[in-house]
Amino acid sequence: MEVLKIATAGSVDDGKSTLIGRLLYDTKSLTEDKLEAIEKTSKQKGYDYLDFSLATDGLVAEREQGITIDVAHIYFSTASKSYIIADTPGHVEYTRNMVTGASTSQAAIILIDARKGVVEQTNRHFFINNLLRVKEVIVAVNKMDLVDFSEEKYNAIKADFEQLMSKRDYAEQKITFIPVSALKGDNVVDKSQNTPWYNGETILEHLEGLDLAAVSNVGTPRFPVQYVVRPKTEEFHDFRGFTGKVYGGELSVGDEVVVLPSMTRSKIKNIYFYDTEYQTAPRRSSVTITLEDEVNVSRGDMLVKVGDLPTIDKQLTATVSWMDTDNMITGGKYIVQHGINKVLAKVDAIEHKIHPDYSGIDESSTSLEMNDIAKVRLKLNRPIFYDRFKNHRTNGSFIIIDSRTNNTAGVGFIS
Amino acid sequence: MNTLTEEIQKPEILHLADRPNANALEHEAIYIIREVAAQFERPVLLFSGGKDSITLVRLAQKAFWPAKIPFPLMHIDTGHNFPETIEFRDKLVEELGVELIVRNVQDSIDQGKVIEETGKYASRNMLQTTTLLDAIEEFKFDACIGGARRDEEKARAKERIFSVRDDFGQWDEKNQRPELFDMLNGEIENGQNVRVFPISNWTELDVWSYIQKENIEIPSIYFAHLRNIFLRDGLIWSAEDDVVFRADDEIVEEQMVRFRTVGDMSCTAAVASHANTIEKVVAEIRESKISERGARIDDKRSEAAMEKRKQQGYF
Repeated sequence: MEVLKIATAGSVDDGKSTLIGRLLYDTKSLTEDKLEAIEKTSKQKGYDYLDFSLATDGLVAEREQGITIDVAHIYFSTASKSYIIADTPGHVEYTRNMVTGASTSQAAIILIDARKGVVEQTNRHFFINNLLRVKEVIVAVNKMDLVDFSEEKYNAIKADFEQLMSKRDYAEQKITFIPVSALKGDNVVDKSQNTPWYNGETILEHLEGLDLAAVSNVGTPRFPVQYVVRPKTEEFHDFRGFTGKVYGGELSVGDEVVVLPSMTRSKIKNIYFYDTEYQTAPRRSSVTITLEDEVNVSRGDMLVKVGDLPTIDKQLTATVSWMDTDNMITGGKYIVQHGINKVLAKVDAIEHKIHPDYSGIDESSTSLEMNDIAKVRLKLNRPIFYDRFKNHRTNGSFIIIDSRTNNTAGVGFIS
Repeated sequence: MNTLTEEIQKPEILHLADRPNANALEHEAIYIIREVAAQFERPVLLFSGGKDSITLVRLAQKAFWPAKIPFPLMHIDTGHNFPETIEFRDKLVEELGVELIVRNVQDSIDQGKVIEETGKYASRNMLQTTTLLDAIEEFKFDACIGGARRDEEKARAKERIFSVRDDFGQWDEKNQRPELFDMLNGEIENGQNVRVFPISNWTELDVWSYIQKENIEIPSIYFAHLRNIFLRDGLIWSAEDDVVFRADDEIVEEQMVRFRTVGDMSCTAAVASHANTIEKVVAEIRESKISERGARIDDKRSEAAMEKRKQQGYF
């Protein structure tokens, strides 16, 4: 079964929860008991419509205050795909949550209120999807029912958004515009009778048609070793299997590889998935690899193909998105977790803050607050093996851990 | 004992992506389980005998083959389990050759740490938390792998894959670590522990389809069988044991039922069903209009029942 992860982005009243509720409702993914609970609570609150946000706002505080605090995950499936929607709130910790949601998604839906058009928030939503290199973006122009399904209005918003597209640094990104009314159900799952001027797909039709291989960011194969399997039983007493997930591209038996950081060369002897051998492991598969030679490999090492070496360095520059209430400061020391590899890091310099709405940079910063995005230079106590985020979404990113609190305080995208 | 060459299956399919059961969620779960083994000193897999924990065990087998699963299983036994589940548990543990730890809610009751609930809706489900937290402290477990899924319940939908619990086992839902890409931050202080949910992103149907495709054995109560039951609040309660309180006017009758979720006998309702094979069960789930936890009596207590239990250290 194919799984597509989608992040949603919208300002407070753009109808994000309604859109998700509509997707669930029209694909018959809301069970009767859940629907009854929503009907009951909507009625209690005196609404004359179904408040689908009740399906996703899971915490007591959220229901009390009518807000979404945290990223919620919503699941639905069709005959051909399973969908996971990361629903991110539009409030204070906005950038942090949106970056988090987008990091695990291959597609994004940006909502625009047809009455308001492209607003400052829209710039931010698009900026973050660009920064995270989400390849497939749907721009849903919502509340079309409130502008009489006006084609002119829709085209004006589309033109405004296209202006924004000229500012991005990600030409491969695909953008699809769809006029919808989430409340009434127009062009969400079913084609609308109210938009005869629109010949494109509905949101679900578009998602169903996506080729998962095409929306994935492909790079060169990287295999960070997670755990070494040594059964030490009689029948497997020489077995040394290197387990991990294949990123970027595929690996095959016979491939000549280099083990980092030792730079030892060997060849892939076997690829196992559970008790079966395969010739080739695709990207994102969790496999066990054995090598032709007795080489010393431990957790944190990386297998790469000969001639495809990443950068091996003790310093790097990255775009950092800060997520902690404690500020990041110049000279501060942190743990950097790059994939599964942990090293100590020192903030060498905060080069400049980046306004996450394409409005420029701010060069006079020495610290970062939560939701800030900045270009940062880091020094590490040991070399790591990295690619530029542009070329490798997995091997080009890292998280920053505050060693005093153990919190995940930020994320970095290597330049 | 098989020899190495006999044990290893040579595939007819060369490319792993072409395997008919290819499943992105499976690769994700195996990755998470391996991170637990690598990042923690004393992990444990919380095993209830239910379908989700049985699925976890299969994933752990896959993660470490040909080695054994490198951590023990632990069952927090309410003493109110379905006998079929216990029988199944013991057989599975023997086959796997892993250690099984059992800690009993009855002991916590006898020690006066918890008080047994009384009345019509009495259940030991809430009491498990104390026994679990004591066991975590006794064995100094730093990571507990559980089979909870985000689609089960809306408070669970907010749960992280690596979810940090404080010394009191409490979940601070408003202060959770962001989880980015595949990176799992398992850094904790002494006394804290992490609850790990490798099948967070699976739905009920994903689990059932997996059990079907992988041909995984599950306890017989998941399949339709004749059972003495009685009806209360529109739910089907088992009347085969005296664990569940039953009033004189609640009449026992025999009906074809199966269990869709298996918890404590006192908090799990059956569903009317004729699905006696895994194929029929999967078809039934696909068509079902009621959610899985619709038959969990423990969730019906209030809209925030799960969130409250989680804050107190529940699974």
